[in-house]
Amino acid sequence: MFDVLTDLLTVLDSTMRLSTPLLLACLAGLFSERAGIFDIGLEGKMLAAAFFSAAFAYVTGNVWLGLAAGIGASMLLSLLHGVASITFRGNQLISGVAINFLAAGMTVLIAQSWFKQGGRTPALLSGGRFENITLPFTDALSVVPIIGPFYKEVVSGHTILVYVALMMVPLTWWVLFRTRFGLRLRAVGEAPEAVDTAGVSVIGMRYSAVIICGVLCGIAGAYMATGLQAGFVKDMTAGRGYIALAALIFAKWRPWYALSSCLLFGFLQAVALRPDLIKGYLGFEVQVQLLDALPYILTVVILAGFVGKAIPPRAGGEPYVKER
Amino acid sequence: MDNANTAGRQETAAPAIELRGISKAFGPVQANKDISIRVMPGTIHGIIGENGAGKSTLMSILFGYYKADAGEIFISGQKTQIPDSQAAIAAGIGMVFQHFKLVQNFTVLENVILGAEDGALLNTSLRNARATLRQLAQEYELEVDPDAVIEDLSVGHQQRVEILKALYRQAEILILDEPTGVLTPSEADQLFRILRRLREEGKTIILITHKLREIMDITDTVSVMRRGEMTATVKTSETNPQELAELMVGRKVLLRIEKAPAQPKDVVLEIENLRVIDDAGVERIKGINLNLRAGEVLGIAGVAGNGQSELLEVLGGYQPASGKITMNGQEIDLTGKKSDGQSRRARGIAHVPEDRQSEGLIMDYTAWENVVFGYHGDPRFQSGLFMNNAAIKEDATGKMERFDVRPPNPRLMAKNFSGGNQQKIVVAREIERDPDILLVGQPTRGVDIGAIEFIHKQIIALRDRGKAILLVSVELDEVLSLSDRIAVMFDGQIMGERLPQNTDEREVGLLMAGVTEEAS
Amino acid sequence: MQKMPVWADVILIPLVSLLLAALLSAAVIVGIGEDPQAALKLMISGALGSTYGWGYTLYYATNFIFTGLAVSVAFHAKLFNIGGEGQAMLGGLGVALVALYIPWPHWSFALIGCTIGAALLGAAWAYIPAILQAKRGSHIVITTIMFNFIAFALLNYLLVNVMRPAGSMDPATASFPEATHLPTLHMLLEPLGIKFSKAAPANVSLVFALLAAVFVWLLIWRTRLGYEIRAFGHSESAARYAGINPVRITVIAMMVSGALAGMMSLNTTMGEGERLILNSTEGAGFIGIAVALMGRSHPVGVVVASILFGFLYQGGAELALWTSIPRDLIVVIQALVILFTGALDNMVRMPLERLFLMFGRKEG
Repeated sequence: MFDVLTDLLTVLDSTMRLSTPLLLACLAGLFSERAGIFDIGLEGKMLAAAFFSAAFAYVTGNVWLGLAAGIGASMLLSLLHGVASITFRGNQLISGVAINFLAAGMTVLIAQSWFKQGGRTPALLSGGRFENITLPFTDALSVVPIIGPFYKEVVSGHTILVYVALMMVPLTWWVLFRTRFGLRLRAVGEAPEAVDTAGVSVIGMRYSAVIICGVLCGIAGAYMATGLQAGFVKDMTAGRGYIALAALIFAKWRPWYALSSCLLFGFLQAVALRPDLIKGYLGFEVQVQLLDALPYILTVVILAGFVGKAIPPRAGGEPYVKER
Repeated sequence: MDNANTAGRQETAAPAIELRGISKAFGPVQANKDISIRVMPGTIHGIIGENGAGKSTLMSILFGYYKADAGEIFISGQKTQIPDSQAAIAAGIGMVFQHFKLVQNFTVLENVILGAEDGALLNTSLRNARATLRQLAQEYELEVDPDAVIEDLSVGHQQRVEILKALYRQAEILILDEPTGVLTPSEADQLFRILRRLREEGKTIILITHKLREIMDITDTVSVMRRGEMTATVKTSETNPQELAELMVGRKVLLRIEKAPAQPKDVVLEIENLRVIDDAGVERIKGINLNLRAGEVLGIAGVAGNGQSELLEVLGGYQPASGKITMNGQEIDLTGKKSDGQSRRARGIAHVPEDRQSEGLIMDYTAWENVVFGYHGDPRFQSGLFMNNAAIKEDATGKMERFDVRPPNPRLMAKNFSGGNQQKIVVAREIERDPDILLVGQPTRGVDIGAIEFIHKQIIALRDRGKAILLVSVELDEVLSLSDRIAVMFDGQIMGERLPQNTDEREVGLLMAGVTEEAS
Repeated sequence: MQKMPVWADVILIPLVSLLLAALLSAAVIVGIGEDPQAALKLMISGALGSTYGWGYTLYYATNFIFTGLAVSVAFHAKLFNIGGEGQAMLGGLGVALVALYIPWPHWSFALIGCTIGAALLGAAWAYIPAILQAKRGSHIVITTIMFNFIAFALLNYLLVNVMRPAGSMDPATASFPEATHLPTLHMLLEPLGIKFSKAAPANVSLVFALLAAVFVWLLIWRTRLGYEIRAFGHSESAARYAGINPVRITVIAMMVSGALAGMMSLNTTMGEGERLILNSTEGAGFIGIAVALMGRSHPVGVVVASILFGFLYQGGAELALWTSIPRDLIVVIQALVILFTGALDNMVRMPLERLFLMFGRKEG
């Protein structure tokens, strides 16, 4: 009745595509929080990037320019957060909340002003979108049972940003744990006084982290509007920035765990799109609303410490003030 | 402890460090006043003084943490500017802070190279550092497992990492700020072995401490600081603990209070085998026994950090402990599960805490709101469902008048009063409860002379009304003049009890510094 | 010593922050090709120029008073309650359950019953984040945001699968019985001879909102509990010294906060919609944050700020109707207010403090 393989592959295929924005945003948050800057504004940055990438891609017909624009918008918001949190030592949570609203409002305003389509961009045509890429050996492998179709459906055939996101995981790991920059960045989030007394600028490190966060969120948002979908629609991020935060906590702020936790959340999202499959395989109907709420419920459970202790960077969320 | 460098003062050898006329003020507080020191290379120089004498500020200036308002620094004879820690490190200065600056979940190796990495990639840095650490470990007996994570290390080993950090950066001058405060006696001995080794290799060491025994043990020269000034610099071999204690505590005009002799009555408080372990697992009170009688002032003398704060917090109801405490025959709950600040107050224990700004007062509350802080549930101050603000304000006005709080405006926020007046508000609040036991911590810290006399008079008056008072103060004069009986705390234990009329500052000062009759 | 007089802290700083937000908003309006002055005129006439406009302005203001008070109460304990949306949604559920399943003789009884229902469910929804923060240190900001999403999912489920009347396609409950319908301002003012727009939704829950403001003022500044909440918010260490229990205060403050947010649904669900629909809160929970920050967490400030935001909301609706400026401009203004009064507070405060010090020295 149900072709298990086909169904599984479809869901896994969706998982890959849905996890990508989560993964990028999660890694963005990872850099920021590892340096001690709490960022709940991932959502807003993604949204701003989504709009500007779609807008520029449409206007120029070139999706790469769109990507650049998206990253630029996200970085601007990042810097705003940095100035408020680092230079003015303001409340990082309030700053994040404000940035989310700012992005939500401004994207619609500008979209309406530029395109007059009720707060969205026009649909993106082929030059303005990322196209699916067929990886080498797809045809050759397709005759192999299981692996062939798996390779064809799940691994190959995604847009380039999906692969970029996947590559970001080992890259992030390498930067954080194999470079001088990464060592200092991690130190600044755990014990900024240790960094300060070693003669390294705490402020400089934190701004660097905030900018990296902006770049990654920019790619995440751009992917959503030019890769996952074809254009910007109001509020299209739909809470993914918060889910990415949850994934980050679930991953205990570590890059490889971030990959698995984002895949998990992506899988939940993919499954929620196919309630028919759940009914077919599990025999009973799982309410779609429950599926939608699962990532959030999971987050609360994690925060309550019921799935092991998730210890955030020790100096997270607090502005650094020299001890008297 | 003779060695070639200190034998005779060779005028030709440039001092490793020379400070001339260093001054630093924080607002109205003059932390350092015109300090001048010369420390010769290859020696261990001690700086001794009580808390607040200005030692840490001076060292922070040397390490580039603060900028001095006036004065000059010379390193090996060269005038040096030290605007930040990078400059200090470049000048060959390494500092081991009292509160370690280590990243808890990094390894020893990672902490050592942080900020001093060899290039952008870590692998080379780690490899080089590992080799260097092995070398340093052998040379100076600083054995530490380079791959151990800091939070798994004992405090003594963590301190070694701090020293290794400095040596890795080729420090020639090492400053240690109160290094033995967190060490066990045997760890302290190990540290001193390491310091002697460093000295043999020609390093210059500055040891900041308040412990006389350490000074005598290991330093070649010592400077005494008091109230921001350097009162003396001598060769250790030419002085003795008694003399140093005197210089530390100072010959001031003693504010001896006119008071009738005490008439102590029954024991109201019995403390048996009290033990306190803090959040970090360090034992702060190590099994003490004390009695307190009605109609007497029991003064606890001692340098801050030896368990007195914890003693007050236990009695005040917000620090769990083990042991047994009975008040008027009834046992007090020490676990914190059945007691808190409110239950203690209900029993008749009032508390003037050591830190009025973060405990005794809500700085953003007005004076009248603070006058009921801790007693805000008293039926006298309620009127139906609400608090009777009018009654509270009236009470506040009366208290402020009786205790001469200036300005006598109950509507001013606590943070707008001077320290002395803030303290008078707290004292008024607690004393006018007419408690059976009054706990008092540092009653005159940051308080002007007039207020000091007033507060002292109030405490004696309370005693004469037949109440019991437990006084904790780092000001020895205060303890001597107010107390009817003195107990000295050092390292979580009672070193001894004395009657003020039978002792003097020197004897108590020695007990405060951990020197008992047997050891000295 | 005091750096600035009290009035400067309470009025001047929010005013300057507001001014900055307004200037930036004007810049945004210019940026999208419209005229800020004309926009402002349109907003004023649309929101304040008629009883119809006032009716809507006050209707929105009512929502914000409730959510603004909610955030304020939590702020006094230094807790950042971002869960107003979710708590308000649960409040709506409470209203619906009480209105639909209990036969009320008159709206006044129904109103009291619904208030209890809304407050109870709103408080319950705030309880879990509160206890998790107090006992396990789970960050209340994230948990309350999560609970917003969970509330939405829960309500979605209930409205679509459980409470939807047979045959209806809307994710909503049945309409509430006639006896629970609240009188609008029009109906309340008519016997007094005051003509008020019939179409405007402002209703008697406005009175409740103002009563709630009085209640919060009494609670925070006149009761023992309020004394303890504020003390704890100022200094947890001092609170422990005085025997004030941190867990108890955290939970109580959050539950009161949740109850107030829940009560917002009296205005929307009971007063206007007269049935429970899916997105009845429409972001009011978040505007509560802006209102609380602007109003410095004081009921009077909250009421004033609520009316201001009500004006912005209704004015924004007018703008959306007559110009090409979408309603989302309000979201931008809200964001700027939160940004300047909340996160960039020091950016405004520090130069002002320096100014005052300079003038103080000149005179002194």
